[in-house]
Amino acid sequence: MSSPETTAETAHGHGDISTGMAAPSGSGDSNASATRITPGNALRPEDIALEVRTGLVKPTEDAAEYALRLGDDALILAQRLGHWISRAPELEEDVALGNIALDQLGHARSFLTYAGGAWEKSEDDLAYFRREHEFRSAHLFEQPNGDFAVTIARQFVVSYYQFELYRRLTESTDGTLAAIAAKAVKEVDYHRDHSAQWILRLAGGTDESRKRIIHALKLVWPYVGELFEDDALVTRLAEAGAAVVPSSIREDFDRLTGEVLTEAGLEVPEVPAAPGGGRRGQHSEHLGYILAEMQVLAREHPGASW
Amino acid sequence: MAAQNLQSVPAELSPEELAAAEQREADGQANFDRVMADDSRIEPKDWMPDAYRKTLLRQISQHAHSEIIGMQPEANWISRAPSLKRKAILMAKVQDEAGHGLYLYSAAETLGQPRDKMMADLIAGKARYSSIFNYPARTWADMGAIGWLVDGAAICNQVPLCRASYGPYGRAMVRVCKEESFHQRQGFEILLELSHGTPEQKQMAQDAVNRWYAPALMMFGPPDDDSPNSKQSMAWNIKRFSNDELRSRFVGMMVEQVRVLGLTLPDSEIRFNEDTKKWEHGPLDWNEFHEVLAGRGPCNAQRLERRREAHDDGAWVREAAAAYAHKQSMKTKEFAA
Repeated sequence: MSSPETTAETAHGHGDISTGMAAPSGSGDSNASATRITPGNALRPEDIALEVRTGLVKPTEDAAEYALRLGDDALILAQRLGHWISRAPELEEDVALGNIALDQLGHARSFLTYAGGAWEKSEDDLAYFRREHEFRSAHLFEQPNGDFAVTIARQFVVSYYQFELYRRLTESTDGTLAAIAAKAVKEVDYHRDHSAQWILRLAGGTDESRKRIIHALKLVWPYVGELFEDDALVTRLAEAGAAVVPSSIREDFDRLTGEVLTEAGLEVPEVPAAPGGGRRGQHSEHLGYILAEMQVLAREHPGASW
Repeated sequence: MAAQNLQSVPAELSPEELAAAEQREADGQANFDRVMADDSRIEPKDWMPDAYRKTLLRQISQHAHSEIIGMQPEANWISRAPSLKRKAILMAKVQDEAGHGLYLYSAAETLGQPRDKMMADLIAGKARYSSIFNYPARTWADMGAIGWLVDGAAICNQVPLCRASYGPYGRAMVRVCKEESFHQRQGFEILLELSHGTPEQKQMAQDAVNRWYAPALMMFGPPDDDSPNSKQSMAWNIKRFSNDELRSRFVGMMVEQVRVLGLTLPDSEIRFNEDTKKWEHGPLDWNEFHEVLAGRGPCNAQRLERRREAHDDGAWVREAAAAYAHKQSMKTKEFAA
């Protein structure tokens, strides 16, 4: 039940569950899993923060901007998914969606911590004290939860996208990005499995569930295109071997999601793509509300520690 | 499954069958008495008295309901947690509670009651849950006070339950208690951070402790002389210590810990009684306790409505999953044939 992120944190220094030692600096453990207790050997945001603080690593301005994008995607999604905890259709889904939210939040913390290294900012500075136009998340992540089908449709797209992205990012010449991706890809693999299974169940369940998942896919599909758009930043980073060119993973994404949809007897929705703009700070109408809620308490007490 | 072991004797038995059934009953009672005397364990397939089964079913299902309803006051702060680390810890904690609910419903199911029925009773307002969760979590400091006081009281109650005579319950409690001790620690850490923070933060922490102290003490249940079921539960090795005994222990622990926090407990009458060697506390408002229990607390309607809404909104998903599973099993059968 415990997530490794939190278990590692809360176990740190208490000794009654923690059996490991502090994580080796900068090393992501590709055997670490979101759903198992992984004392000590998983890359934690605190380890990255330590490396940044001690000057062991410092992202380039470009790498930091890139990490900000990936971190914001994960953070905004975690914020959305967290809402399901105590509201899911089954207790098992309270646990499952909670776990996915927690994994995403863990990835966000790592990416943001690393990004902040370029500007002497902490993960919390970036999460709580940036304004809407300074966020770099894509529109898909801020889409409302809707009903369970919409949440699953969104998660289906996200997890297949993130899996292909992180799988390639483990080869990054930027060691920290590679390490974060190595941990994340294992976790996202479970998210893929979870969402694909629900796509099959909802499509093959009742008439109502089928109708709902078809509608849900239509609602989220306009935001798929933005995920695979290239721009100058990623092109520059990719040339240096540090980032993944988004357009390069589209083919695998289409093929793999297509396989699941075919098995479910569903079609890729034919809907016009939305223009996006999240990577440039141009967001949908939803993000402002998400940030208002997320940031309210931290902003009431600027400078306080929690 | 366990229902097969119920004492109900079907009608129209032959005299031989009737005699055999009576013999099984007598053997079962003898085994049960021996288990109680040896302080060992009853397992789901063992014979057990009806009243023992009912008592356990009530207690375990209420405990499960408390975990599930108890998710709400804390889930209320997930979206606003003031740091990402605190957000992660809180998410994991509330998720743990769903897990506790799951183990406990499973333990209760071994007594012959399906989870759906228990959930239906909860939503219909027929089942009880710990009335502490009918108080509102107003500020972030409530996350600290709930962890420290409410989970702390729950641990005091639950550690002895790890030795409960009913196997599945005792084993579930072992895991629950391990996680609860983390929960209490995270609550303590939240309060510690606040009490060493800005004056506003410290005030927030003190206010939360003030509000949660008395309700937490009342979690141990009514005073011993007003707790009719306790004696039987103790005879059955379900309950090990009386309500007042546990409450007194809890007060003793909190008195020590509150000093470390640099906060105070809102009770000027706490003292250690040298004669009885027990901690004593000021009077509690049992009228309020009974009012909240009777449904007239600050959040009773809200908590139940939220659970009902989640259940109703999720009905189509559960139906879809069941229909899909059914279709898959039909396919497997066709394939096998």
